[in-house]
Amino acid sequence: MSDTPLLKVEHVTMRFGGLVAVDDVSFAANDRAITAVIGPNGAGKTTLFNCLTGFYKPTVGRLSLTTADGTEHLLERMDGYRIPQVARVARTFQNIRLFPNMSVLENLLVAQHNKLMRASGFTVLGLLGLPVYRHAEGDAVDLARHWLERIGLVGRADDDAGTLPYGDQRRLEIARAMCTEPCLLCLDEPAAGLNPRETEELNQLLAFIRDHEKIGLLLIEHDMAVVMKISDHVIVLDHGRKISDGTPAEVKNDPAVIRAYLGAEEDEDLPPEVAKDLATVAPGAIGGTH
Amino acid sequence: MPPMQHARDRSFSAMLKDALLVGAISAALALPLVGFKTVDRVSEIGLETRFGEMFYAVAVIVVGRLLLSLTAAGRARPIFLFTAPLSVLWLINYMFGLVAVDWPELAGLTWLAVTVIAIRAWIGMRQRTAADAAVARKDAGLPIASVVTLFSRYGRFLGPAAAAFAILMPFMPFADQRTVDIGILILTYIMLGWGLNVVVGLAGLLDLGYVAFYAVGAYSYALLSIQVGLNFWQALPIAGACAATFGILLGFPVLRLRGDYLAIVTLGFGEMIRLVLLNGPDFGLLKEGAKGIGNIPRPSFFGMPFTAAPPEGVVSFNQYFGLDFAPIQRVIYLYYIILLLAFLTNWFTLRIRKLPIGRAWEALREDEIACRALGVNPRNTKLTAFAIGAMFAGFAGSFFATRQGFISPESFNFMESAVILSIVVLGGMGSQVGVVLAAIVLIGGPEWFRDLAAFRMLAFGGLMVAVMVWRPQGLLAHREPTIKLAGSGRTKPLAVSIREKAT
Repeated sequence: MSDTPLLKVEHVTMRFGGLVAVDDVSFAANDRAITAVIGPNGAGKTTLFNCLTGFYKPTVGRLSLTTADGTEHLLERMDGYRIPQVARVARTFQNIRLFPNMSVLENLLVAQHNKLMRASGFTVLGLLGLPVYRHAEGDAVDLARHWLERIGLVGRADDDAGTLPYGDQRRLEIARAMCTEPCLLCLDEPAAGLNPRETEELNQLLAFIRDHEKIGLLLIEHDMAVVMKISDHVIVLDHGRKISDGTPAEVKNDPAVIRAYLGAEEDEDLPPEVAKDLATVAPGAIGGTH
Repeated sequence: MPPMQHARDRSFSAMLKDALLVGAISAALALPLVGFKTVDRVSEIGLETRFGEMFYAVAVIVVGRLLLSLTAAGRARPIFLFTAPLSVLWLINYMFGLVAVDWPELAGLTWLAVTVIAIRAWIGMRQRTAADAAVARKDAGLPIASVVTLFSRYGRFLGPAAAAFAILMPFMPFADQRTVDIGILILTYIMLGWGLNVVVGLAGLLDLGYVAFYAVGAYSYALLSIQVGLNFWQALPIAGACAATFGILLGFPVLRLRGDYLAIVTLGFGEMIRLVLLNGPDFGLLKEGAKGIGNIPRPSFFGMPFTAAPPEGVVSFNQYFGLDFAPIQRVIYLYYIILLLAFLTNWFTLRIRKLPIGRAWEALREDEIACRALGVNPRNTKLTAFAIGAMFAGFAGSFFATRQGFISPESFNFMESAVILSIVVLGGMGSQVGVVLAAIVLIGGPEWFRDLAAFRMLAFGGLMVAVMVWRPQGLLAHREPTIKLAGSGRTKPLAVSIREKAT
């Protein structure tokens, strides 16, 4: 792990008219680590993600990504599509966005578009059917197969992505993002709608990506089973502001976090026996709240 | 109209009541629309009544509705036996003019109504027999569906067979000049359909102004051949490049638009190009404006013109090959030019679909936001689609100009765009064979049945409605993946993970 963090978010603010969705948030995310962003609904997590991946331009602030070779990319100044292309930040979406009428393999090849465009001589060499393009396409298929084996979908490679079950679509979207060969993978609620078994598989997949691909992962998640188990670092947002930052254990016991999830005033009005109960289950109670 | 009930035990009086209600509604509608007619008199506009026609039309509707109700109630067989011969007799009478009829329009409409009821009754009969035989297939009994199953089963032979037929067509015994001419027309629209398919079918950009690029190609060829003196093959790539440039220019402002909004703006662009040409900007022959440009050079066969009396020192095609001069020689040559251009378009689009740019077009059609998140540049990808689609329209336009020898802005009105788009939609978006079938039906049909002029548009509309009801995705809309893992020779497990090998 190098001294400079992979991603530095500095004083990012995003305003929509009078609404401040993200308010002066700063944090850093490291290489080979899973950083989780959590917070109650409407805390500004997805807005922060959209700033990071170029779908919004932050009103104020700086987002810088430093790759392994030391190049620094200022994400807030890049066009949306150049963030995955040049800075190599890939993302998935809260509501799955696959190409439903294209096959699973085609989905994974579109993710390798820029590499293949160069190999096809921006279509000219490809039209002529030169071997240089055929080799590049073969390599792209190999990379796609590598990820299909990883998510266990090799047998369905030629089926339309839209026909896959929900859990498979979630994993395919992660595989597709990985086919862009990113150095930072941003996942927007990857466990949403998954059953416990699928959640466990997801945990394994994410840990595999961290340990074997050696990239940084940033995830938004509501499912505390995922967050507490696999995150190395947790950031808590509430009403657009960062209220806590640390290891899962630190965050779990942070009074500010408990207040954000369970409310503060009510605590004081509780009968003593309930308050006592709550004190014992409070860390677990976070997990039950959305 | 009130929805028709399918209950078989509906009583006859209920059906009669329903039919009379429908009759009352149509009478109320028909009174102002059919009952009165304005006529131009010398000094004023007069009003004439057509109550006879109106009552006749309403009567047809009442009886037709009753027959349809009876069909739905399980009396399909007697109704078919009654209406089908009537329809055939009517057609025979129309074709041979045995018995003169007053009000030919109404007679035609009645024939249409009778035929529709006969078809409905036939479907009803098939459905009943299918149900009796316990063959409860969902699409059983639909004539279009069974044709489509046939096509999908033997589809892979269809393309080569059609290509072979197209190559041999001019030398078949039935190929007179008119047939080859219709063939040229159909091929032009097939080529335009294939070109538009890149934009609409692959990239999913609904373009209603496609004819603009057709016009740019035609005018580019006219100017290049008359004013610069280039021959057809020299001018063709330049005309294609001009049209592609216009495709990019018109593509830029619409990059952020989607769906209906894109359609409206492209519709506007199509009209703008036509209006600019109509007003005759001061640029060479474009000055002619509404008068059009005539005397556009015809293509020659390696410098040998197709003419009975070649100028001094020039050998004509028929002299060189020792043939007698016949006008059909040039028509056949034109036929082969457009066939070559159409094959080029087909080869190009099939090939580019399997390249990264083609996949990016389809991905863009599926989900633009996901594309951006994967680093696909939406601007360049869309502009390439516009440019390539426009280029093929430009080629087709050049061909149109050299075939007609005369072009005017009137040839490039919105109706042309609509017909080309109909071909793509009817054929099935993204389907190459579908476009061919649709072009034959939509262009060939009206040409062959030109004598039935009054009903051409009616049949056109009826056909579109029928397709939208039975095959909303188009005649042939099966999408094959551009690349398959199975059979790619890359199925054995990788020994070492690629990424681990790399690090």
